[in-house]
Amino acid sequence: MKRRTFLASAALALGIAGAGAALAEEKMKAGFVYVGPVGDFGWTYQHDQGRQAVKAEYGDKVETTFVENVPEGADAERVMTQMALGGADIIFATSFGYMDAVQKVAKKFPNVKFEHATGYKRADNVATYSARFYEGRAVIGTIAGRMTKTNKIGYIASFPIPEVIRGINAAYIHAKKVNPDVEFKIVWVYTWFDPAKEADAATALIEQGVDIIMQHTDSPAAMTIAEEKGIMAFGQASDMSQFGPNAQLTAIIDNWAPYYVERVGAVMDGSWKSQDTWHGFKEGMVQLAPYSSKVPSEVQAEADAMKQAIIEGSYHPFTGPLNKQDGTPWLKEGEVADDGTLAGMNFYVEGIEGEIPQ
Amino acid sequence: MDYSAIDPALLLATLMISATPILLAAIGELVVEKAGVLNLGVEGMMITGAICGFAIAVESGNPFLGLIAAALAGAALSLVFAFLTQILLSNQVATGLALTLFGLGLSSLIGKPYAGIKPPASPRLDIPLLSDIPVLGPILFRHDPMVYVSLALVAAVWFFLKYTRAGLILRAVGENHDAAHALGYKVVRIRFLAIMFGGACAGLGGAYLSLIRVPQWTEGMTAGAGWIALALVVFASWRPWRVLLGAYLFGGITVLQLNLQAAGLAIPVEYLSMSPYIVTILVLVYISARKGRGNLDAPASLGRTFHATH
Repeated sequence: MKRRTFLASAALALGIAGAGAALAEEKMKAGFVYVGPVGDFGWTYQHDQGRQAVKAEYGDKVETTFVENVPEGADAERVMTQMALGGADIIFATSFGYMDAVQKVAKKFPNVKFEHATGYKRADNVATYSARFYEGRAVIGTIAGRMTKTNKIGYIASFPIPEVIRGINAAYIHAKKVNPDVEFKIVWVYTWFDPAKEADAATALIEQGVDIIMQHTDSPAAMTIAEEKGIMAFGQASDMSQFGPNAQLTAIIDNWAPYYVERVGAVMDGSWKSQDTWHGFKEGMVQLAPYSSKVPSEVQAEADAMKQAIIEGSYHPFTGPLNKQDGTPWLKEGEVADDGTLAGMNFYVEGIEGEIPQ
Repeated sequence: MDYSAIDPALLLATLMISATPILLAAIGELVVEKAGVLNLGVEGMMITGAICGFAIAVESGNPFLGLIAAALAGAALSLVFAFLTQILLSNQVATGLALTLFGLGLSSLIGKPYAGIKPPASPRLDIPLLSDIPVLGPILFRHDPMVYVSLALVAAVWFFLKYTRAGLILRAVGENHDAAHALGYKVVRIRFLAIMFGGACAGLGGAYLSLIRVPQWTEGMTAGAGWIALALVVFASWRPWRVLLGAYLFGGITVLQLNLQAAGLAIPVEYLSMSPYIVTILVLVYISARKGRGNLDAPASLGRTFHATH
């Protein structure tokens, strides 16, 4: 009697589990890991726009989850493991510092697909993707070179990783090209998101005479300070004009939505493969916010022409002759940097002062 | 390298602004800990104050009302902590951590409609004659009123703890709550008041961040300032003036290292970045150790649950 009840309940439990599995199969799960809050109005905000686009595209067929404010390190590993255990089919890890955590978790869950933003380590179930932000940096560098009156441009940098260094180089090369007197003041804040520290860095730069601020951090704090102090700035990752209606000249916008929609779709139809994606202006992954009316029309035209040339492939922002900071030749006249060098860039170009922290 | 680009007067003025949020939060927490309560929810109360102050300032157009609202909001949130730990006798460490998580979540919820809005500008005190004094003018007399309020608060807390009877009772409660209770002092009531004062100060510190220092609302904008304030109280060995010193050191070196970077100092950035933490810890440890006592002056009943058995 007892045994029969036990068997019956076991069968019932199995049945429920089976039904649960069937239910889970119908709905695909996509997880997103964010380094900052979705309301940062910068980097993470744009990634979350991409997540919402996935939801809008596939509706009931996909379930998206996200965890925000995940520190780069052991916590990231824990969060991703939890997502994988929770039945996620694909996990987007949206910060460079998640790289090793992604590798570890991906090994444990070979059936889950991982997408790591701005990284370079891949595996059978780990793809990487990034945007050619340096194309946008080249354009804003040109605008900055034309617009600065003090010839001092401030740059708030986060961590000394290739992506950030590439951005500094691209902006510097093009500012210098149109304005040989230009000088870059670079401050490393060692954080992606800390509005108070970003604001302090902006204040320090302004006190030292910069009249244009570029940033490679995630919050609009520097834009707010630029607005308050009456200087110019460029928005980062998202259109920040609401924080600096007078200050923002334009902004580099990261548009992840089409990529996220495509990759989630690939998991659904089984065509997902590990790959490295690096899209720019051409594919629309990098976009520019509308120019401020402060930017003279000839400068706007110059910027647009450069953007067009990059899209057509007739111009590459890293075209020789270019020397490294110590004067050793890097690119010969007309030579174009290859993606490998760009992806691992760990040196300043000639003319930038200061050292890259190691 | 161009050190002449660093204007010491401007630097000192920025230092005071940069240090004010942690100073406010730390002086409040000092009073709480002096009463024998460890409230790890400072970060949560700060961020709640930041958004409540921001919201009220935007709605009313008056930054002053915003600051009052921030203090009230911080105090209200701290009441949750006080109720749980003093009445229901829950664990203070766990409750404090929960308060931080709760505050971060609550502030995001309240803050949704306020992202991307500009708060009303806070008036800067421009005392006609004094602010024109060269060098000293910009450093001392051209700040927003909150900088002076924070300094006055440090002095008031110091005076209160050292010279008033009420301050003595508060310290007694923190040193030995059983003895204080035996003498007829209302331990729980005194701790409630201290916790609320700490909450109000933390709320003010948060609002200073969202209304004056950054001025904008972004989720999670305190980014650990509450934890710095907590650490500061310990390193200042529970003395008000040392809290001031610690906060200004920390704020000052934070600002200085950013300026030195911009000026192109040839010291590796890693060392500059860690310098605020290192220097603040070293200086305060040195001051504490100088007296040759191993005892760090922690209130004896700190973090212990009080339950009146008779």
